[in-house]
Amino acid sequence: MEALMTFIFGSWGSDIAKTLWILLKIIAVVLPLMLSVAYLTYFERKVIGYMQVRIGPNRVGYHGLLQPIADALKLLFKEIILPTASNKILFFLAPVLAIAPAFAAWAVIPFDLNLVIADIDASLLYIIAMTSIAVYGVIIAGWASNSKYAFLGSLRSAAQIVSYEIAMGFTLVGVLMCANSLNLGKIVIGQVGGFWHWYVWPLFPLFIIYFISAVAETNRAPFDVAEGESEIVAGFHVEYSGMAFAIFFLAEYANMILVSMLAALMFLGGWLSPIPFIPDSFLWLLIKVAFLLFCFLWFRATFPRYRYDQIMRLGWKIFIPITILWIVFIGGMMQTSWGYLFH
Amino acid sequence: MIEFKDFVFYALSFVLVASGLSVITSRNPVTAALSLVLAFFNAAGIWLLLQAEFLAIVLVLVYVGAVMVLFLFVVMMLDINLDKLREGFWDYLPMAGFIGLLMMVEMVLVFKTKEFNLSPVDDSLKSISNTEVIGNTLYSTYVLPFELASVVLLIAIVSAIALTLRDRKDSKKINSSDQINIKRQDRVRLVAMKSEEKYVKSKTKDRK
Amino acid sequence: MNELIQFDLSLIMPEIFVLSMAMVVLMTDLFIKPSSRWIIYSLSQLTLLGSTYLTGKDFAEETQFAFSNMFVRDGLADFLKMISYLGISLTFLYSRSYMKDRGLYRGEYFALVLFALLGMMIMISSHNMLLVYMGLELLSLCLYSITALDRDNQKATESAIKYFVLGALASGLLLYGMSMIYGATSSLDIGIISTTLFNHPTDHSILVLGLVFVLAGLAFKLGAVPFQMWVPDVYEGAPSSIAMLISSVPKLAAFAITIRLLADGLQSMIIDWKEMLLIMAVLSISIGNITAIAQKNIKRMYAYSTISHIGFILFGVMSGSLNGYASSLFYVASYMLMTLVSFAILMIMSNKNFECELIEDFKGLNKRSPWYAFLMLIVMLSMAGIPPTIGFYAKFMVLQAALEAGFVGFVIYAVMMVLVGMFYYLRIVKLMYFDEPKVKGKIEASLDVQWVLSLNALSLLIIGLVPYTFMEATTQAISLSLN
Repeated sequence: MEALMTFIFGSWGSDIAKTLWILLKIIAVVLPLMLSVAYLTYFERKVIGYMQVRIGPNRVGYHGLLQPIADALKLLFKEIILPTASNKILFFLAPVLAIAPAFAAWAVIPFDLNLVIADIDASLLYIIAMTSIAVYGVIIAGWASNSKYAFLGSLRSAAQIVSYEIAMGFTLVGVLMCANSLNLGKIVIGQVGGFWHWYVWPLFPLFIIYFISAVAETNRAPFDVAEGESEIVAGFHVEYSGMAFAIFFLAEYANMILVSMLAALMFLGGWLSPIPFIPDSFLWLLIKVAFLLFCFLWFRATFPRYRYDQIMRLGWKIFIPITILWIVFIGGMMQTSWGYLFH
Repeated sequence: MIEFKDFVFYALSFVLVASGLSVITSRNPVTAALSLVLAFFNAAGIWLLLQAEFLAIVLVLVYVGAVMVLFLFVVMMLDINLDKLREGFWDYLPMAGFIGLLMMVEMVLVFKTKEFNLSPVDDSLKSISNTEVIGNTLYSTYVLPFELASVVLLIAIVSAIALTLRDRKDSKKINSSDQINIKRQDRVRLVAMKSEEKYVKSKTKDRK
Repeated sequence: MNELIQFDLSLIMPEIFVLSMAMVVLMTDLFIKPSSRWIIYSLSQLTLLGSTYLTGKDFAEETQFAFSNMFVRDGLADFLKMISYLGISLTFLYSRSYMKDRGLYRGEYFALVLFALLGMMIMISSHNMLLVYMGLELLSLCLYSITALDRDNQKATESAIKYFVLGALASGLLLYGMSMIYGATSSLDIGIISTTLFNHPTDHSILVLGLVFVLAGLAFKLGAVPFQMWVPDVYEGAPSSIAMLISSVPKLAAFAITIRLLADGLQSMIIDWKEMLLIMAVLSISIGNITAIAQKNIKRMYAYSTISHIGFILFGVMSGSLNGYASSLFYVASYMLMTLVSFAILMIMSNKNFECELIEDFKGLNKRSPWYAFLMLIVMLSMAGIPPTIGFYAKFMVLQAALEAGFVGFVIYAVMMVLVGMFYYLRIVKLMYFDEPKVKGKIEASLDVQWVLSLNALSLLIIGLVPYTFMEATTQAISLSLN
């Protein structure tokens, strides 16, 4: 392939070949991801349905299995309405900005030993950076729509995401202290040797905080004040219809899968099997992620929505102090003879 | 023929400069802020080209992910009247332009003929993880200024709170722990009362 | 490795102590009632006492470096730090009732002042341009926000904004200049810069351009002409207690970095900075003294008098000799003592409903309180430079050093300007002693303030009579640290 490219493009050939190869890898990750997003919505409707003693979608296809496809087609054919006096460029830029970081972060996620698109040293930092810019989509969508509800939603979400990002960042500091590395692959390898070696145990408070912050970061119930159907209609994407809305939807679910994936990698040993004599496999990762995603849905079906000031209080006054204290505690313990427990 | 790397560099630089210009020329403050975000992104890209991945990611994380979000937050909420801010622009332009030009000529004169006495970056550093290298230098050679920088940030927080926090008298804030710790006895009081009829009777008596 | 860190930490002990205590003050304030703020006050004074002990315990006899030569502890540093502790302690004491009356007696005030002190200590001890800048920012940020602490006062807020905007600009200039010096010498370490420039005189024009920017930044922080515009506005707008803080101790730190950067780092460029300093010094003395005459507001008058004092301090620095630096050090220390008293009297004369601001408010002070009038008399004589006060001696030393360096004409000019300056200082004396009081009523102050203020003012007289020990201390401090 490289030789062919060199033949066609001259000295740029090898670079272009490399780029194409990377593109192929990206498609190999993104396509299944899109598919899992689609079936996550189905899963959600089914799970919540059963929790509320309903059946959920069951008309399209066998047990409603074609429902997500039908939804996607419906959204594709709907008209995208541009509100009057809205900022046209930004209005269409917003969904793109929402989905791009949600996909871009997947570049450094290892699915198995050495099975990763880009094995960079600071992959954890890269992921934090990518998740932190996801908020732009929400803010810009709210502002560009020229609507009160959308604007309120975007302001809420901006404040919320920025606040919880701090707590989330601090929990990751705990992980990298234990793993001595910022590379996700090395973090997983650091947990090798059975489920009692997973970082979830020494970092239990951080794990809980990470997961709750992740729920808040992805704007999911019970922290979904940015949408707040009962107060501000649908929040930041109230003016969006058709495919533009679908992209926001897609981004939200892609982000959910991403944060669950991260939690599985950092705290639950990634692709490692819980018991040493069973072989490690990608399937373990899938099971862990699926369980965490189920928790997301479970929360949604169980908890009432938090009030806005309660969310802020939880983030700033409870999570951040606890994470800082726990990091200091770990740092202290690592200096003592008990330090091996934290590695 | 230029190399692929050079091409990427020029592309990034072009967008960087263009978005930088858009920051200062755009009429809409939100567009200006977003252009700044774009500029940061391109700067991060250039850093990546130089293999300074840590700096690039941190630039995105801190400036794009946190600082500019808050900035945008404020800009969107304030209804800034730019025309008022631009008032007097043309009056000041000759003087400001003159000083700016003077400075530029001076700088060009100084920088044109002479070379800076700086050695290029050691190539051997590129093979080591640069997060680690930065961490090591930051916590050994530069530990004192680094710690002082954190004090500066602390001062910024303290001053910001000291200058803006006011206790609102009409605040409807609720203490959550009080709210949760509430017991039935605190809200409901069972009162032993005498029977209704007598009560009514005594009332009517009082009226008379 | 561990021993090295321990050595580094032992040198920086006073700074660590001040920092931790500032945080203790900050935290304690959260848990006490507003009525028991005396705890905060005593904690702050204890901090200063403790740091005095820590600095005095191993007062540097020789120059010691720490943190990869960034931090220096030498005679100059310890001497200036001791004086700074004294200055901050007096500031706390004098401003106590004034701040209470205006509702500014809050924990943040004390914490921010302590953080500012930390910044000054870092500036005083810095031996690296990075650290100079960090210390400067630490100090400046605290000062900006303290100026605006009285946030419902429009004047204070306005002056804080002016101070902030101009200060940020000056910091930028300083940083820009430093970057050029770094570009020319490829080091931020003041010692290395000094030796590099001495051994290989490099690219001159970059260095001179860098020097111009550095000097502009320094001149702003000192308040020398032509970067003096902020001084009168900030003094006038800020509450008196805060104007007192801004005018007194930070000048010591600014002096310290001036000495470190010019007399140590850029020693080889003395010909270049000598001329620039000369222009600034002469202009400061003229503009300061002449403009002060026209002022009706006493705080503005103090501001212009500060500018002229800075001119004299620069006179000593530009003479470029150890003697000159020592006399400048003497001047800046004695200036701090004078300015503290001058503002303290202003605050004592103010009360809850009255802000002593105009020169006219001093009318007939002698009839209201002969003792305070006498103290004010000492300060005014000292500021004017009339023997036998400390002010005379300071001016004398500085001008003598300049004379030795060959600036005969400028020294004569400076003496003439001193004569001009006497006019406005003596006008205050005339108002106090020969005019009828405009407002009646006694002037009250708590006992400790009375005593300390009297001691402080009398020290101006006493050191003026026997300046030799003080002078010797400054000479020793300078000669110990600048080889």
